[in-house]
Amino acid sequence: MFGYSFHWRTVWQEIPQLAEGAIVTLQIAVFSMLIGITLAVLLAVARRNEGSIASRLASVWIEVARNTPCLLQIYLAYFGLGALGINISSYAAVLGAIAFNNAGYLAEILRGGFNSISQTQYAAAHSLGMNSFRVYSYVVLPQVFRVTFRPIMNQSMWALLNTSLGMVIGLKELTGATQFAQSRSFRTFEFFLVAAAMYYVIAKIILGLAALVQWRFLKGGR
Amino acid sequence: MSAYSGLSWSDLLFLLDGAGKTILLTALATLFGTVLGIALGWLRDSSRLVGWIVAPYVDVTRSVPLIIQFVLFNSFIAIAGYPLNPLWSGTIVLSSYMGVFTSEVVQAGLQAVRPELRRAGRSLGMGYWTEMRYVTAPLALRVVFPSWIGLVIGLTKDSALVGVIGYIELLRASQILINRTNEAILILLGAGLFYFIICYPISRYSQTLERKLKQ
Repeated sequence: MFGYSFHWRTVWQEIPQLAEGAIVTLQIAVFSMLIGITLAVLLAVARRNEGSIASRLASVWIEVARNTPCLLQIYLAYFGLGALGINISSYAAVLGAIAFNNAGYLAEILRGGFNSISQTQYAAAHSLGMNSFRVYSYVVLPQVFRVTFRPIMNQSMWALLNTSLGMVIGLKELTGATQFAQSRSFRTFEFFLVAAAMYYVIAKIILGLAALVQWRFLKGGR
Repeated sequence: MSAYSGLSWSDLLFLLDGAGKTILLTALATLFGTVLGIALGWLRDSSRLVGWIVAPYVDVTRSVPLIIQFVLFNSFIAIAGYPLNPLWSGTIVLSSYMGVFTSEVVQAGLQAVRPELRRAGRSLGMGYWTEMRYVTAPLALRVVFPSWIGLVIGLTKDSALVGVIGYIELLRASQILINRTNEAILILLGAGLFYFIICYPISRYSQTLERKLKQ
């Protein structure tokens, strides 16, 4: 085709490198989601107390995370903190920035979930003698996660795709490893096509697991 | 590279030029992407066959990182022997991306119009296009518009990735300046503020709109 000969063998030889990159990608996607969900719960709860300082700080976090590019957030974590004398690895910068980003989006998702639970449930739980922490962890959050399961899984797709931004600051996640591997042979198209296929497969595996969880544990949920 | 230097006026102009390019790219991709998305969404809604044919394209566009789509398209046209300048390859990839997401929204909007209404329109003697123009489209638009605004905001932010194929938009310009000067925080906060000033008011507007339309 086009008088260009495709060299797939070159790519085949570098597959172990790409696989290592894929593992870094998966790690960052999973950890950034776990950290993101934890932070998002705190943000969403803080936001319920309208007018308080915590609520305002939470709003600022959420709006900044949602209204600036994720790549800019990664740059801020990497170059910005570096300029302040705090040098963190590219791994930590990407993980931190994507967790920050996830937290902003997830907090909005959870807010919708919190709103779907009627006030009487809070009152009932309190009247049973539960303190606020127990009300949230035993009564409210399990229902919120059930209602928001799909949007949360959707966000984890975005987390997976966003890890590819690590390439720009030299992190060898799947995209970065691909970029590095192709830089010796300049078989850019072949390498990135294989990387694209790997992302596709990872995305489908995550969606498959999500469907399994939903079918097994959340039957009857939305 | 020589020693670090402070920021100068020419650096500010360089950033403003980058900001202008961000807006240009976003505007072009919004235009072409929306047209593509409406056509695709309408086709997917009205013909099962088309929906079935474009399903892999939609699926792949949504499951592969945008940054890889840029690199793949750019190297593909180089292989094919038709290299384009970064603005046009960026516009094509972003428009295709925007088109896919818009088509999903458009399809959902069309499906939200009750079939009884469409049939009622047709039974009043309206032709397909008359009914589409006066009944279905206005109703679908109410569902589509807030989500479409969300997509435009996403596009503004995603335009920051075109830097990887050599288009010097705002964020790429910022990165070049960071490498040359020692002012990472100032430059990044400035760039961040630019994106925020564009995206935040639009997102607030879309939230209010959505609330109004729900009532």
